Parts: sequence; structure tokens; C-alpha cells
Amino acid sequence: MSAPRVAVVIFPGSNCDRDVLHVLRGVLGADAHTVWHEERSLAGFDAVILPGGFSYGDYLRAGAIAATSPILAAVRAAASAGVLVAGICNGFQILLEAGLLPGAMLPNRDATFVCDWTRIRVERDDLPFTCAYGRGQIARMPVAHGEGNYYADADTLSRLEANRQVVFRYVDDDGAATAHGNPNGALHNIAGIVDERGNVLGMMPHPERCSEALLGSCDGRAFFEGLLASIAKRAHSVAGGGR
Amino acid sequence: MTTANATAARVRLTILLKDGVLDAQGQAVERALRTMDYDAAHVRVGRVIDLDLPAANWQEAAREMCTRFLANPLIEEFEITRLDEEAR
Repeated sequence: MSAPRVAVVIFPGSNCDRDVLHVLRGVLGADAHTVWHEERSLAGFDAVILPGGFSYGDYLRAGAIAATSPILAAVRAAASAGVLVAGICNGFQILLEAGLLPGAMLPNRDATFVCDWTRIRVERDDLPFTCAYGRGQIARMPVAHGEGNYYADADTLSRLEANRQVVFRYVDDDGAATAHGNPNGALHNIAGIVDERGNVLGMMPHPERCSEALLGSCDGRAFFEGLLASIAKRAHSVAGGGR
Repeated sequence: MTTANATAARVRLTILLKDGVLDAQGQAVERALRTMDYDAAHVRVGRVIDLDLPAANWQEAAREMCTRFLANPLIEEFEITRLDEEAR
């Protein structure tokens, strides 16, 4: 079985692509490659990461212009084929604008850019992205965004909660999902969600910025470890179940 | 594709956050206006996009591009107006 192959898509204005590559390749030894947004295929990749940054300078709405890039058709096809797709920060905004995840991002509650450490509670540990965390575990991760105020209408919100699609929630120092622990005003303190099927995830915090002790927290590393481990496990079960 | 001729319509798209959706920028501007002693209320900040479109179907095209791309219907509403008063 070959090592999991991970694509990191670069849009004009992405700026966390190298950080994600560094964690995947340098820290975890994974087979990760960059893919330019004008390309049209993601064939052969087991996972696709849309990294953070300011694609197209956040013109129009954050992520809106990137969502029209040629690569998005391939991301859409990969997502529907069950390939793991994760959008981090601007990547999350792009997935929302592309309609691959429900809801929208509003400018932050206080109309300021927030660059700070947050605490997020891992609400599910049964997803490929979170299987290396414990359910209810609180992770310390940085955020850096101007539009991270997650919004969805009441029906969508209750559907997200009923389907357990909220994966990460901002919490305060006591682990409670209060306004105090919420950096941007996101409804229901939502920091990350997953699609109904569970293979497309978006999150505002940056796990790639906290995957080494040198950077002040290792809490993001389990995100990538879980992702890689679950791909390996999938490949194994496919091979084992094959004829 | 080009519309730089007499058959073009000059169109203005005005895009605002929907009522009930937090407009942090509008609130900040409103507070600033009040500190300047203006009696301003219900301030909303949006964006304006002017463009030329083929006159034949400018309304339909404008509505479609707003719905698909220029506005996010989940959080924004839009208004389409024609700027040039072209003879029909």
C-alpha cells in the first residue's frame, strides 16, 4: 500500500499552503503536493486541503472569487467521490462560497481582524479529521481572520446540530461555549463543521500553526495525524475487502 | 462578449446585507456618525457594482450573476437599476 497522497491547493493569495505542506511532509512525513488552482484534476489524491490565506484579496466576499476557480470542479468531484476535503480558514470560506458546506461567513462581530489563540472543543471523534482527538477534548489553536462569523438561518442551524455536523466549537477557559470564548460572533460558537456525509470539513482555526512545540501548541497535529491514519485505514480495509 | 457599443446597458447593482444579518461595518459607521453629532440611524454599508451588459437581456443577466456570484443570497440582498436612459 502506498502512502496517503495529499493535495494542497494554492489560490492567488493563499498564504498557509507552505505551513500545511511543512506539517504534512516535514513533521509527519506524508506524500503531499501543491496543486495550482487553474488545474482541473485531483486524480490520485486521497485528501485535498484548501489552505488559509486571502485568496483574491478577499475581494467581493472572502472565498467568493476562489470558489469560481477551475480546480473547484475537481474538488466537487472528489468530495462526491468520498475523498477527504478540508478547508482551513480561507479554505473554509471557499467551501461555503462553493456551496460544498452550508452557511456563510459574515465579518467578525466587532468589525476587527482577530489574530489570537482560541480554545475549541472537539465535538466528534468519529470523523477521519478528528479520530486522533478525544470527544470533548479542548484544543488550543490560533485563528487569524476578518470574516469568521459563521452564519446560517435557523433551519440550517438546527439541522447542523441534529445531524451532529458541528465538529469544533469555541469555548472559554472553563470549556463552556460562551460569548466570552467566541472570538468572532459565530452562531452557536461554531468553529468548524462537516457536510452530511462527513468527508468535507471546514474550520476557521489553524491546526498547521500549532503542530510543533516550538510554536506554542501541538494541539493541531492530531488533526493531520488523524487524517493520514484514517486514509491508511481506509486503504487497508479496501485492500482487505477486495477480491 | 463585448458590450462597448450602443446596444449596451449601463447597469448598477447595489448589494446590502439583509435586514436581521449583523452589519458590523454599518454599526461602526453609525456610531462614528453619532459621535460627530449626526442623528443617523439604521446605517447599512454595502457595495455598488457598475457594469455594461448587452441591452437585450440585461435584467435577466444581472439577476443571475447576483444570485450566483456577486451577492450571497444567504446573507445579502441586491437591487438592479439601469443608469443610462436609453431610448427604447
